Amino acid sequence: MTKDQSQIPAGVDQTIALLAQHDYLAGRALATPVFLALTMQRPLLLEGEAGVGKTELAKVLASAFGAPLIRLQCYEGLDISQAAYEWNVARQMLEIRLAEASGNHSAANVAKDLYRREMLIERPLLAALTSKQRPVLLIDELDRADEPFEAFLLELLSEYQMSIPELGTIRAEHPPIVLITSNRTREIHDALKRRCLYTWVDYPDAQRELDIVRRKAPGISEQLGKDVVRFVQSSRAVDLFKPPGVAETIDWAHALQAMNTVSLDSERIDETLGVLLKYQDDIERVRQSDVKAMMEGRLPGQ
Amino acid sequence: MTPVQSDLGEGPEKPTLIGENVVHFGRFLRHAGLPVGPDRITNAMRVLALVGVQNRDDMHSALASVLVDRHENQPIFDGAFEMFWDRAGEIKPTVAQLTQDAQAGQKSAEQVMHARLAQQFQTPIGPRPNDETEQADAAATFSGRERLREQDFASMTQEEFRAASRLVRALQLPLETVKTRRSRNAVRGQIDLRRTAQRMVRTPDTLRPAFRQRIEQDPPIVVLLDISGSMERYARMFLHFTHGLVRRYQRVDALVFGTRLTNISRCLRDRDVDVALSNAAHQVKDWHGGTRIGSSLRDFNQLWARRLLGGNATLILVTDGLDRDDGTTLTREAALLRRFARRIIWLNPLLRYDGFEPKAAGIRTLLPLTDHFLPVHNVNSLAELGEQLKRRH
Repeated sequence: MTKDQSQIPAGVDQTIALLAQHDYLAGRALATPVFLALTMQRPLLLEGEAGVGKTELAKVLASAFGAPLIRLQCYEGLDISQAAYEWNVARQMLEIRLAEASGNHSAANVAKDLYRREMLIERPLLAALTSKQRPVLLIDELDRADEPFEAFLLELLSEYQMSIPELGTIRAEHPPIVLITSNRTREIHDALKRRCLYTWVDYPDAQRELDIVRRKAPGISEQLGKDVVRFVQSSRAVDLFKPPGVAETIDWAHALQAMNTVSLDSERIDETLGVLLKYQDDIERVRQSDVKAMMEGRLPGQ
Repeated sequence: MTPVQSDLGEGPEKPTLIGENVVHFGRFLRHAGLPVGPDRITNAMRVLALVGVQNRDDMHSALASVLVDRHENQPIFDGAFEMFWDRAGEIKPTVAQLTQDAQAGQKSAEQVMHARLAQQFQTPIGPRPNDETEQADAAATFSGRERLREQDFASMTQEEFRAASRLVRALQLPLETVKTRRSRNAVRGQIDLRRTAQRMVRTPDTLRPAFRQRIEQDPPIVVLLDISGSMERYARMFLHFTHGLVRRYQRVDALVFGTRLTNISRCLRDRDVDVALSNAAHQVKDWHGGTRIGSSLRDFNQLWARRLLGGNATLILVTDGLDRDDGTTLTREAALLRRFARRIIWLNPLLRYDGFEPKAAGIRTLLPLTDHFLPVHNVNSLAELGEQLKRRH
């Protein structure tokens, strides 16, 4: 048994504990699929609103296992040469010229020379397969990449291998821990979903969010922490276009700390609302609604 | 058959028992409409073996992680899980009984479960079946294509309507393609170094460059269709038109709304127009009801706009603009929608009346936000839509 395998938590409770050690407070609903993904060596597809800690989970897992984090940020037009590998064509051209100049070139030899391993420039996906140690591979915001790219991931995710036509198949010695995140700007293809464990990451409840704020903004006063969480929780119940995520809560707590706030009042809220809400419409709506009620954890108007 | 056993240790026959229960559960979910194949069942057994059945919540999350793959299905799964497994991780007696009955070849448990879940999750109310009384006059009044193209959909007889829907489906949209950021091999364009190098290896001493070109794609189209009572004839014709679009173009999404919003893109993917439309009919629950444009737009903005209106999409809004909601929601949501869509084309059957004036509050709200405002009441007006889409701004 290698070292990093022995680190895999033995159960759901141990997974929660391991994540908590690294300041990530996960509920059972999230810890269970994480535990399963680790044990079964299956990719984990995380969907959920922005700012609920999908990307953070990968970072935490990497530091928990002392593994390198290899991150592939997806975007429209992403293709193999940016995601997986690229041939060092400039060097190849040079070698061809050299071979021609020296005069001793047979097509077969040149081909063998040109398509050897050193000529390959590794991009994140290939790097994840060739890593000396089991890495955490984060494929972030897969929904941003266009659909043809997903098909390319199928082989990688089910077999942990990659076929390079000129070279052959490269198989992972240490299969990476794969986390895929999606903000659902479009639906991920079923073929890809089938190969993954799926989980929807939800906003945390008030108690857990308070614990998170305390951990992430150490030194926050007891009162302010409670005020912040209460306000955020009730603002999620308001009909907002983009309700604040945990990331925004933490940012807001930091912002309020920086302004030496001891406890929350409507004036302070008004000044700092832009940290929490990112749409002008939403900010207007909160300003117009019953801020006092929200501070007390009630729905506006109730 | 007793598939029920709570004490799951390491005994040899135990995996079979839990396995059997999982298989039944999978079937149960399939009837509720979840795509649960044998591979998922196998995975479900594996995760249960890992997590165990002692903690019901863990069991729930574990099964969900392999049996659910989209958030919309979560409530169905939760409901089914609640119905199927009791506290001790056993099958509930009622369900076990049903399953047993099915195996004994008695009253089909599947049907019963299906009916029960169906009651819970859907109440299929299709559109009114075609009116038989209108058939008689069909042959006599049919008078050639030209008239058909100008005739108002609402005043057509059944047979004319059918003929017109064939015309509508055949309408071509002269859409201009959009360049994507992906490229493919081509005979001219940019030089593709990788393939050029490959060629040089194959045939040394020659340099024959290979090229690649950006892939061009059809632009995305999103159709937002009002199916309330006042829109009935037009909406059906427009469904035909949308089905034609879905069949022909890669990225067409269709949503219908009356009092609530339903995405029918998947239903319309079926090749056969009748199957596609009846699929859609079953999914939609508010045919010919009232209209709540404001709240429907809000749902669209919340749930779909970010997903469908990327990549310079064109939004086709088909409604008469007569809203039952109060105006504030509509004003707010329409403004938001304006910022998402590259182009909004509003098709309004009311426009066919000469001297049409935008008096209704809903119409006045929507009007300034649209790029094009067109009548959609006959075949020719739909053909004009093609012209509008061709023009790029």
